[in-house]
Amino acid sequence: MHEIAQDSLLKETEAPVLCYHCGQKCEESLYLDEKQFCCYGCKTVYEILNTNNLCQYYQLGDHPGISLRQPNDDSFLYLNEKTIQKKLLSFDSEDFARITFYIPAIHCVSCIWLLENLRKIEPGILRSETHFAKKSVTLDYHPARIKLSHIASLLSSLGYAPHITLSDSAKNEKPDNRSLLIKLTVAGFCFGNVMLFSFPEYLGISQHDALLNRAFSWLNLLLSVPVFFYSSSDYLKAALKSFKQKQINIDVPIAAGLVALFVHSAYAIITHSDPGYLDSFTGLVFFLLIGRWFQEKTYETLAFDRDYKSYFPLAVQRLHNNLWQPAVIHQLQVGDRIQLRNMEVVPADGKLIDDHAFIDYSFVTGESRPVKASLGDLIYAGGRLIGQPVQLVVEKSVSQSHLTSLWNNPAFGKVNESRYKKIIDRAARRFTWIVLALAIITGIYWQLTRPNQMWLVLVSVLMVACPCALALSAPFTFGNMLRVFGKHKLYLKNVDVIERLAAVDTVVLDKTGTLTHGEKPKAEFIGKLNDAEWAAVHSLTGASSHPLSMIIAQWRGKVSTEKISGFKEIPGKGIEGRVNQQLYKIGSAEFVGTLPIKDTGGSHVYVSVNGETLGYFLIPTSLRKNIRRMISALGHKIDALLSGDQENQTTELRSLFSSSTLFFFNQSPHDKLEYIYNLQRNGKTVLMVGDGLNDSGALKQSDVGIAITDKAGVFTPACDGILEGNQLGLLDKFIELAQSSLVILKTAFVISFVYNAVALSFAVSGHLTPLVAAILMPLSSISVVVFSFVAVNFIAKRKLT
Amino acid sequence: MIIIAGLILISLTIAVVFLIAFFWSIKSGQYEDVYTPSVRMLFDEPKKEDDESTAS
Repeated sequence: MHEIAQDSLLKETEAPVLCYHCGQKCEESLYLDEKQFCCYGCKTVYEILNTNNLCQYYQLGDHPGISLRQPNDDSFLYLNEKTIQKKLLSFDSEDFARITFYIPAIHCVSCIWLLENLRKIEPGILRSETHFAKKSVTLDYHPARIKLSHIASLLSSLGYAPHITLSDSAKNEKPDNRSLLIKLTVAGFCFGNVMLFSFPEYLGISQHDALLNRAFSWLNLLLSVPVFFYSSSDYLKAALKSFKQKQINIDVPIAAGLVALFVHSAYAIITHSDPGYLDSFTGLVFFLLIGRWFQEKTYETLAFDRDYKSYFPLAVQRLHNNLWQPAVIHQLQVGDRIQLRNMEVVPADGKLIDDHAFIDYSFVTGESRPVKASLGDLIYAGGRLIGQPVQLVVEKSVSQSHLTSLWNNPAFGKVNESRYKKIIDRAARRFTWIVLALAIITGIYWQLTRPNQMWLVLVSVLMVACPCALALSAPFTFGNMLRVFGKHKLYLKNVDVIERLAAVDTVVLDKTGTLTHGEKPKAEFIGKLNDAEWAAVHSLTGASSHPLSMIIAQWRGKVSTEKISGFKEIPGKGIEGRVNQQLYKIGSAEFVGTLPIKDTGGSHVYVSVNGETLGYFLIPTSLRKNIRRMISALGHKIDALLSGDQENQTTELRSLFSSSTLFFFNQSPHDKLEYIYNLQRNGKTVLMVGDGLNDSGALKQSDVGIAITDKAGVFTPACDGILEGNQLGLLDKFIELAQSSLVILKTAFVISFVYNAVALSFAVSGHLTPLVAAILMPLSSISVVVFSFVAVNFIAKRKLT
Repeated sequence: MIIIAGLILISLTIAVVFLIAFFWSIKSGQYEDVYTPSVRMLFDEPKKEDDESTAS
């Protein structure tokens, strides 16, 4: 097979040709059987399919394949661990096992066909069944004949890499939807039959035969019992719960209406006074449940899952093909070797392979004293390394939700709670009381004027007034906005941050690493260093996650790993450590112990060995791309630029900013915090943008603190958001979007209020039957939710593109 | 009169049978994926030596 591949390797000369497998443009084409392929990956898949007589794959759709240009070299060996299998397999025995893989790449008929014919490629696979909507495949296989890891890598090599999450395994499915469907069916069944048995009454023939009439009434009652106790149980339970908590909730009026109608009708039938309203009652429950089902479907399609759609923008150094390369944490696999620098957060549980390390678990436990770990110890995700760099072997895959939950730990929360949530809660409760009062007054009025209509009017009033729309619009608007932000690499802690972001009137920026220095900075050393000293400097700066250290460490493209001892990093000053018994100090002139050199351009980082200054690094100030527009758009909102550096090269920077922006240099982390505190005392709402290391205090103090990240694992739970460096230029748009989401929310409130006012006035005057009310109620919620969803997407599209 | 009672009983019984059948269809997962089976039934099985591989 390999020889054929060699022969058929021909250079492409003609106009663009599409890959036979995946349909992408072929830049350098590979030929096999007179078919072109864009890469070896695609060709290999074709070969596999061809040898197994599975080329029908290509007849079912045009270019159905998944491009393998970025080959997936994930190792699935961990799947052979018994403990991991136990979590994943839904059935396991000697000669039969069943597993369900989530495969995001499933997209067409060909995919289904190929996945269901896997047994022709691997006889160890007994049966496979695709679930198109869920994008999953359920595989039955023979554990003795084929290993689980082998199945996973086979899928991966065909382009259908399974997405395996151990935390929330595919086994636990939600039974909610089913039970709702069954409740709905019961209600519908009973409703239909009750209507049938009410026919004599509808047609007025009941007077002739009292016995028949009574028998039908009893049958109706019999049919309504399951509707009351089973189908409507969700509403009743919610109301009961609210009574137990001595707090009224929005389900109470509905439950009150249902109980009133059922109890009254049952009483009437038992005492033979009248036939009751059981047809209305069962129909009411039926339509309520249809509305609820429809509502759930709508929410499902609009739903957003933070874990999948946005990501935690943290990266660590990973050893990949013997090179240290930054990797985004969700790419980490069990068994990967990663390096952590001072102050970096441990992204996944891992085993220490250095002699010892000091880990600060304050994010997890709240206890801030560092814990000492020794060789072979397990270090848990969420800890933060203090001191010299260490290497870990990842033991467990990264759980984004775990890190997010650490972040949302109340210990790092800000005092000011969500204002809107409070207002909404109070409004919803007050609204419920008003509805109940209105229902009682209406009931009394109708009892006095037309008593035979009383019950139906009363129930209509209770049904139609529902503040659900009020309660739902806020989470939907903010939640959707959160997703929009996530798409543009701004990862916010929770929805409350949006509200605070909208109120921001003052912006404070950090300079080094925030405004300046993107991904490819330049550096220059003025002075002299020999090779050993170079290696030492590289190792020391490689241990720190300060933006300037990272520039120096990456410079000249190699990473040295000399043994460091006594590593210390003093925020805002510099780093020191011993390499080969020599004491190195790298940092500001004052820290190193020399006089600062007045020089044009950039930041200076001085280096000394055993107290003797060897020279300094000159790192020119290079602004990030695309931030000029943002700075001029924010204008005088930018109150100050705080920098821990020397004052130099300010003219170019200053010309970008509005004249009212203040510049401060030589600021310690404490100075920054103090500055923000003073602004807040003057009644300002402050947004601080800085790096997570030197500015963590200021980020916590500010109303909204956003940490900038460039392929670094520095993450402080005190910040409210993480923004990827190259998206800083959108900062003003993000603030505008947050403000727009408040406008959308208010509009949704107005819609919901108007709707309720109109519907209630109809219900009180008796122009609305309970059935229509039951249909209108969910419609209002859905319309408000759809409105906020569409509005957010529309505004986001207009602003961000 | 008795005929009516009998008819009602029969109609209710039949209705309940269908109701139970519907419960069964929900519980057995027939409503979970409404797309894949419609495609699967149209796949042609190539005739040669296929029986051996399924039987193994």
